[in-house]
Amino acid sequence: MNATWSRFNVTSIVLGFAFLYLPIVLLIVFSFNESKLVTVWGGFSTKWYVSLFHNQGLMDATWVTARVGVISATVATVLGTLAALTLTRYTRFRGRVLFSGMVFAPLVMPEVITGLSLLLLFVAVGLDRGFLTVTLAHITLTMCFVAVVVQSRLVSFDRSLEEAAMDLGATPVKTFFQITLPVILPAIVSGWMLAFTLSLDDLVIASFTSGPGATTLPMKIYSQVRLGVTPEINAACTILIAVVAVGVIIASIANKRREVQRQLDEQTAQRG
Amino acid sequence: MSNIAVTDTAMPSTAAKPFLTRLGAGFVNRLVIIVPYLWLLFFFLIPFVIVFKISLSQTAIAMPPYTPVLDFKGGVSGFFAGFRNLNFDNYVWLTQDALYFKAYVTSVIIAAISTLLTLIVGYPIAYGMSRAPATIRPTLLMLVILPFWTSFLIRVYAWIGILKPEGLLNQLLLSLHIINQPLVILNTYTAIFIGIVYSYLPFMVLPLYSSLEKMDYSLIEAAKDLGCPPTSAFWKITFPLSVPGVIAGCLLVFIPAVGEFVIPDLLGGSSTLMIGKTLWNEFFANRDWPVSSAVAVILLLLLTVPIMLFQQAQAKAQEQDK
Repeated sequence: MNATWSRFNVTSIVLGFAFLYLPIVLLIVFSFNESKLVTVWGGFSTKWYVSLFHNQGLMDATWVTARVGVISATVATVLGTLAALTLTRYTRFRGRVLFSGMVFAPLVMPEVITGLSLLLLFVAVGLDRGFLTVTLAHITLTMCFVAVVVQSRLVSFDRSLEEAAMDLGATPVKTFFQITLPVILPAIVSGWMLAFTLSLDDLVIASFTSGPGATTLPMKIYSQVRLGVTPEINAACTILIAVVAVGVIIASIANKRREVQRQLDEQTAQRG
Repeated sequence: MSNIAVTDTAMPSTAAKPFLTRLGAGFVNRLVIIVPYLWLLFFFLIPFVIVFKISLSQTAIAMPPYTPVLDFKGGVSGFFAGFRNLNFDNYVWLTQDALYFKAYVTSVIIAAISTLLTLIVGYPIAYGMSRAPATIRPTLLMLVILPFWTSFLIRVYAWIGILKPEGLLNQLLLSLHIINQPLVILNTYTAIFIGIVYSYLPFMVLPLYSSLEKMDYSLIEAAKDLGCPPTSAFWKITFPLSVPGVIAGCLLVFIPAVGEFVIPDLLGGSSTLMIGKTLWNEFFANRDWPVSSAVAVILLLLLTVPIMLFQQAQAKAQEQDK
């Protein structure tokens, strides 16, 4: 490989990652700032974390967000997996084009449109805005992301395994739970995590579809940011980043371990 | 093969199975399709019909704040009476007020420029990643995806502290004596560009990387052996081969960026104009649901063609994966 190209490649990767990570690093660093000014360093302190835990509004919002996230991610994972199965397994049925359109369009749809349209639906059917409506809205948005993640795994799935199981007398349902599900499980897990983080993250759709008593953390952070930037928000953001980072790292380690185990099993099977 | 594909493939054994089991399988197969289908129909498609309906109604001081349109309560005659009450006043209003037209045009221009900037920033990163040693590629990929997992709102918020007049960027530039006066970046269109490029960069890098990674590098070597300089080898071979990735990446950035709210609101301030913010203000500040619905309908029409292109690109990619 050409040396100048390779140097160019390394430089662009380093600069690119610096651009991606520096703002987040700075945000975390200044959450430990003694000074009330977010951008002037006044010494190390954890007082903003302490004050964070005494901020009842923020704690309530965190609890709401966590519940919405877990419930919506779980339902979205089931629905998204079914949608992915539909997309990959049933190539011809009436309304398939419409279906794939409804799965892919929410991925790029501006959030203001999705939020407004869901709100108007809830008003039209007479559903009071609150915890339930935010959860329903998040399920709708995130199931499409789950569908795409699971679908990419299903496409590379070896169908002959399923056929073998059914030739040996397993029912389609049993085949799904014993053969298909374990193979696509890593994709389902990362789909769940993606759905959870998207729900944790969403400001726009939650603002439209939420009501009194169901203020989510991003809504709370947003309203505080509008009033002014404080280290307390930096602290809240840092905790959020830490939670997600730990989750992602654990998932990727578990994934790798499962992959290694699978390869070992395959080798044993081939030898045996 | 139709929607009973799973049972078809196992014909020999299922034929011998009890009738009820087969019936159950068919039922399960149908359920797999029907449940997500109905969910999306009800929560994604029908809402758009309602948005369109309400965009044709009048603002009213009530809850919900609009006059009823196409009420089925009045029976058939009531339905047709409702039809006569439909009007396009909100759309007429949108064309008369230059603000909306300007907001649409500005949003499309800002999204287009930001998409181009994201491509320029993202391409070298994706290219570098695709040429990296195979052992560190998964790590690099993970590092690109990771910021996507951290909150969008937080990542935008982080830039306020950097771009402020007394912010970190100005402190750095002042201390290095590159500038004498703080630059005004926050609350300008420049800040919006930075925000969009930063937030959407992973969406650009990932599809670019996946198309560049598949490329056969020996093509470049062959071109080089035949005396082709690296720059023209890039434009004649590498870039054309990465076009599917470029298209997918650009659509993934452009479409949501047109309707973006958080970035123009937090980084653009009150002096910048974008349609997502206009819709938000119409809805939350003015409480004018019919006008904000009309704004949404036009925004959706504006994005129909890019969204259909995106869908086609997705379907094509799916076919190629098989």
